[in-house]
Amino acid sequence: MSEMNEKLVFDRPKAVIDRPTHYCPGCHHGVAHRLVGELLEELGVFEDTILVSSIGCSVFLYNYLNVDAVEAPHGRAPAVATGVKAARKDNFVFAYQGDGDLASIGMAEILHAANRGEKISVVFVNNTVYGMTGGQMAPTTLIGQRTTTCPSGRCLEHEGAPIRMTEIIAGLGGTAFAARGSLDNVKNIRQAKKYMRKAFECQTQNKGFGFVELLSACPTNWKMTPVQANERIQTEMIPYFPLGVYKDTDEGGAC
Amino acid sequence: MSKTVRIFVKGNEAVSRGALAAKCRCFFGYPITPQNEIPEFMSSEMPKAGGEFVQAESEVAAANMLLGAGACGVRAMTSSSSPGVSLKQEAISYMAGSEIPAVIVNMNRGGPGLGDIGPAQGDYYQSTRGGGHGDYRLLVLAPSTGQEAYDMTIQAFDLAFKYRNPVMVLGDAILGQMKEPITPWIPENIESEGGEDWRLDGANGREKRLIKSLFLEEGALAGQNQKLQAKYDAMKEMADAELFDTEDAELVVCAYGSIGRIAKSAVRKLRKEGKKVGLFRPKTLYPFPEKPLLKLAKEGKRFLTVEHNLGQMVDDVRLAIRTVADSDFFPIYPGNLPTPDDFEEPILKSLEGK
Amino acid sequence: MSRIAVQEDRCKGCMLCSTVCPVQIIVQSERFNQSGYKVAEVPAEDMEKCTGCTSCALICPDLAIRVYRTPKKKKGDE
Ligand SMILES: Cc1ncc(C[n+]2csc(CCOP(=O)(O)OP(=O)(O)O)c2C)c(N)n1
Ligand code: SF4
Ligand code: SF4
Ligand code: SF4
Ligand SMILES: [Mg+2]
Repeated sequence: MSEMNEKLVFDRPKAVIDRPTHYCPGCHHGVAHRLVGELLEELGVFEDTILVSSIGCSVFLYNYLNVDAVEAPHGRAPAVATGVKAARKDNFVFAYQGDGDLASIGMAEILHAANRGEKISVVFVNNTVYGMTGGQMAPTTLIGQRTTTCPSGRCLEHEGAPIRMTEIIAGLGGTAFAARGSLDNVKNIRQAKKYMRKAFECQTQNKGFGFVELLSACPTNWKMTPVQANERIQTEMIPYFPLGVYKDTDEGGAC
Repeated sequence: MSKTVRIFVKGNEAVSRGALAAKCRCFFGYPITPQNEIPEFMSSEMPKAGGEFVQAESEVAAANMLLGAGACGVRAMTSSSSPGVSLKQEAISYMAGSEIPAVIVNMNRGGPGLGDIGPAQGDYYQSTRGGGHGDYRLLVLAPSTGQEAYDMTIQAFDLAFKYRNPVMVLGDAILGQMKEPITPWIPENIESEGGEDWRLDGANGREKRLIKSLFLEEGALAGQNQKLQAKYDAMKEMADAELFDTEDAELVVCAYGSIGRIAKSAVRKLRKEGKKVGLFRPKTLYPFPEKPLLKLAKEGKRFLTVEHNLGQMVDDVRLAIRTVADSDFFPIYPGNLPTPDDFEEPILKSLEGK
Repeated sequence: MSRIAVQEDRCKGCMLCSTVCPVQIIVQSERFNQSGYKVAEVPAEDMEKCTGCTSCALICPDLAIRVYRTPKKKKGDE
């Protein structure tokens, strides 16, 4: 009897294509993809979306989302998205970038797109390493964290401090919304989705540049099991990269 | 083709007006001399035409914005001069690899490095050999007058969409800065957008589309390169050159752009003195107009290539005529300003076969 | 009255799902899927404990979990 009333309460969003991904077990790119897909559907922009994919493990996002897409050179996604939006004002345009892509080689492009107040949205997946190329030091690598190019751990004196991007983006005039979320537990994932919704709405409501950083795990290059990597976000990343809203022009400022 | 009145403008303005006449609707710029009049003109005129002007944070960004707009099938352009064009090479390679139509203007200045802000032709190799990484070609148009700058900019947009390939308009500081009369005209039956079957505008009621240059599947990249090569071969049909007084010439001077124009003056003057000289001026640098040049070589003519660099186009001249002839070469060093008088002595020398 | 269905060919055995289940019923099975991952499962005898909270599905990076809920019957329905 009861089975007949059974309801499917959690399923794949239509914007996410039904196919296996190339990501490692426990890689949070998959979670971020799902949140993006759900929001494109919920905001009703799915069929108007143009994705600008970046260079990193998530370059193949275009194989997983059922939307038009263009592939940007390493770091240039915000510039490419600026060009797309210039040509297609009525479409929903978003870029999806890793921390090497956005905070190192693409630093100029992200800052200026934000500062111009481009009506685009950027999803920034911070996993503290260059994932795709084999776990080299990223601008976000934490002090003491071992990577293949700082084998004895990142050293403040030699390599500088990890860059907190959301704080920087929040300080720019064209930014309408900037927040940092995390994908390590259910509460944080729900909160991250709320941030992403706000960032996306900055574009649909024509308010300005919307930015969300997502603290994410790269178990492979952290040389951890997925469960250990997930825990590292709580124990090591969040203390250095505090979660929260850093700019919301609706609320009249930072948190 | 409705002709309108003559106007007296710099080559940079001729390029800008040509782009607007061709319904260019996105322009991405960055300041660098000697092309500043282009972004300046576009910043005021593009919005009036209902288009978008963006002053980018760098030439890297400007070229990547161009990539984004081009992927949407909208007629889009960027302009710069040598050091800036070097920075655009990344996006140009990606645009070639992902077959995105776009127009890039280079008002060539002296190099290498920061060089100077005067005219030069040092970017011939960079323009005609791709310029960035990977194996690809741009269509390269080389105007020598203000009118050609206007006409060729219009042509550049048509060709970019015809071949789904980036097109370069290669001028220099002389062309960009010199004021002269041009007759603007408005081409008919063109749209500000093309590529109905590939452009990105949202997968609304159709399959999603993807524009990319990454090809990892077995055989995919080789397939893409083969496809590109077939396209470059097909482009050869639009190779074009001006032949001036070549019929009975014993010596043919090969020169392009502003140098081609100055060489023409020298040839004219020497003709008046009864010297049997002519001019071969490529209007397309890629594809290089090999056929008409080889024909001249087969007629037994000798050649002198003059360039505002250390010798770049002369390679293409020699390749074209290699089975029957060779070419002398005379360089004008970047940093020096050429005058027709400078050309006379080397032309006479070559004519006498010395 | 709720249950989950793990799409085994998508599961990568990361076990993130097991870390968020409030009733701790998700375990790693002994079965390998085609890609060589030991898939997650809820033993049949534990399934009735599932609350249908969707937490496991929310954290699954591979969209390998579907959650089904059966609405509680109101008194007097029968
Ligand atoms: C110009 C250029 N330099 C370097 C590379 C090599 N490369 C590919 S992905 C990548 C880093 C990606 O790291 P990140 O952005 O953090 O993404 P992740 O893989 O960690 O998600 C690099 C350096 C490249 N493709 N292009
Ligand atoms: S290398 Fe890291 S970022 Fe890349 S797929 Fe694997 S876990 Fe994810
Ligand atoms: S839906 Fe909730 S209770 Fe049921 S298995 Fe998943 S996490 Fe556990
Ligand atoms: S989270 Fe998903 S992929 Fe990971 S073990 Fe659970 S069902 Fe499998
Ligand atoms: Mg990374």
